[in-house]
Amino acid sequence: MYQKDGEKYFVVDGHLHYWNAAPDNWVPGAEQYAKGWIECFHAYQGLGPPETHWSIEHFQKYSEDDLMKDVFEDGYVDVAIFQPTYLKEWYKEGFNTTERNALMGERHPGKFVYNTRWDARDGDSGIEQLRRNVDRFGSKGCKLYTAEWNAGSRGYKLTDPGAYRYLEVCQELGVKNIHVHKGPTIWPLDKDAFDVADVDHVATDFPELNFIVEHVGLPRIEDFCFMATQEPNVYAGLAVVIGGLMHARPQFFNKVMGELLFWVGEDKILFGSDYAIWEPKWQVEGFMNWEMPDREEYADYPRLNNDGKRKILGLNAAKLYDIEVPAELQGPGTPGAHEVLGEASPQRV
Amino acid sequence: MSAPATSASRGATGSRGARGGNTPSAGAAGPDPGTSRMLAALDTVRDPELDEPITSLGFVTSCRLSAAGDAQVRLRLPTYFCAPNFAFLMVADAYDAVAALPGIRRTEVVLEDHFASDVINGGVAARAGFVQTFDGEAVSELDGLRAGFLRKAVMAGTDQVCRPLLAGGTTLAELAGMTLGDLPESRAAARLLQRRAELGLPSADDSPLLIDPATGARVSEDAMPLHLRRARTTAISIDANAGVCRGMLAHRYNHTPGLRQQDPGEQDPGEQDPGEEEQQ
Repeated sequence: MYQKDGEKYFVVDGHLHYWNAAPDNWVPGAEQYAKGWIECFHAYQGLGPPETHWSIEHFQKYSEDDLMKDVFEDGYVDVAIFQPTYLKEWYKEGFNTTERNALMGERHPGKFVYNTRWDARDGDSGIEQLRRNVDRFGSKGCKLYTAEWNAGSRGYKLTDPGAYRYLEVCQELGVKNIHVHKGPTIWPLDKDAFDVADVDHVATDFPELNFIVEHVGLPRIEDFCFMATQEPNVYAGLAVVIGGLMHARPQFFNKVMGELLFWVGEDKILFGSDYAIWEPKWQVEGFMNWEMPDREEYADYPRLNNDGKRKILGLNAAKLYDIEVPAELQGPGTPGAHEVLGEASPQRV
Repeated sequence: MSAPATSASRGATGSRGARGGNTPSAGAAGPDPGTSRMLAALDTVRDPELDEPITSLGFVTSCRLSAAGDAQVRLRLPTYFCAPNFAFLMVADAYDAVAALPGIRRTEVVLEDHFASDVINGGVAARAGFVQTFDGEAVSELDGLRAGFLRKAVMAGTDQVCRPLLAGGTTLAELAGMTLGDLPESRAAARLLQRRAELGLPSADDSPLLIDPATGARVSEDAMPLHLRRARTTAISIDANAGVCRGMLAHRYNHTPGLRQQDPGEQDPGEQDPGEEEQQ
């Protein structure tokens, strides 16, 4: 919970990780990729305030206590949504699996939501695994990393026939929140791997599912915005926007927020810290203290008031995940949260 | 300003970091005429996504020319996993730009610290195309990819020339009737013209200012507000990406600047162009 000027805010961190990227988890022969991946993440952390930077050793493998302190004690978060990223070609036990997240999370009841994942190229066995994970962890969402390397393939699109089978199973199982994370590779390599046109297609074909495009499609914010404005079930995951721009490039942050508010709107933007890339504390504080500057170049952007911030910081995600929000944290202008809570069972945590 | 931006701007003043040993041509006495010509050629090579020269982005770390005419260029990128298609384009374009200079006998361009460094460097050295270089992983060359990003650059450039006009009192109706020749001279205008010409879009003085970059058709007055809105979003997206890339590069290389690295900060790059047009 975050508190400011006597107001209380419910905080859902819509995107965080509990990874092990230390050398003991590197796959022999693929060490350079495992090392390159975590160093790339570490460089992202470099975009945050210097006092929040970690050593690479700490960043490779942090403890359960670190996470609980950074996220819940210091970081104002009430409920956090784990977004797994497997990368088993590079990390022996996976980078950050559903199992690893849940084994840790079950010691802290009520704090975590366990999203799972699938890979369109895994066929029948992947579908069985998805069913088992949903049954075991109560997943209502999944995280898809389309650039994942898999047996010689460097990625997939959501419009691949294999992906449609999985999306149908998601719909059947009530895994209704599909978080999409684009990366630098895809098949074929001559196409733009960050293109979000496939999300556009599947959002139309699966209207019962919600598609949360992580880091707002960055580096294709414009394509994402033009698409999201036309699809009622497409949402913006704010991870990286706050962490990567608010401190390092504050004016670009103003503009990107302005664009998102214009095209996507405050009802469809979800806060996510992307921990452990960035700690939530400075992001929550900075976001809640942020205001669109009163300058000519920002004049035609929508403004974000405290009610809007309340939605982005927690209520929008609570709605998608049926997370119970205490009455005093629902705020005045959010009847939608009540409606959802009236009819849906609280998230199993 | 932020730490990455401050450190990146050091590049413009020629200060040297721990890796200065890699950059003999940027010594205190200034580069010799041969490497100056090479750097000028590299100024014309752009990151296709960011629409900025690889030099000002800090991607060029070393540029050498032997007395016999052997040229060697070393490049770096913000991350180990930068998209391989764009990386390939930059390495291949750098090779072409340097190899085309008079008096060059042999050209070598080396991309360092990238997951596909060996494949890309080998492919470019062998003058193989992208499909052959990434055997089985690509179905066509990168012309389509490049054109798609040039169209984005045209949209961003449209924003950069139109917003100051609108702020100065030009009405939408007046803008609708304007041609490229009506634009006041500026780097942003020159850049827009060049990008349109590269795409084969109308780029004469009497060509309409506002066109659909996919078809070249004039944008109707009704469609203008949305067109300009999209142009602005595109410009902001590219700027934000460039900001992230600069920050990550600075972190990755401990703030050691590349040769001729510059940072326009958070102003419109159209007004702070490092001047690649003049180099051509």
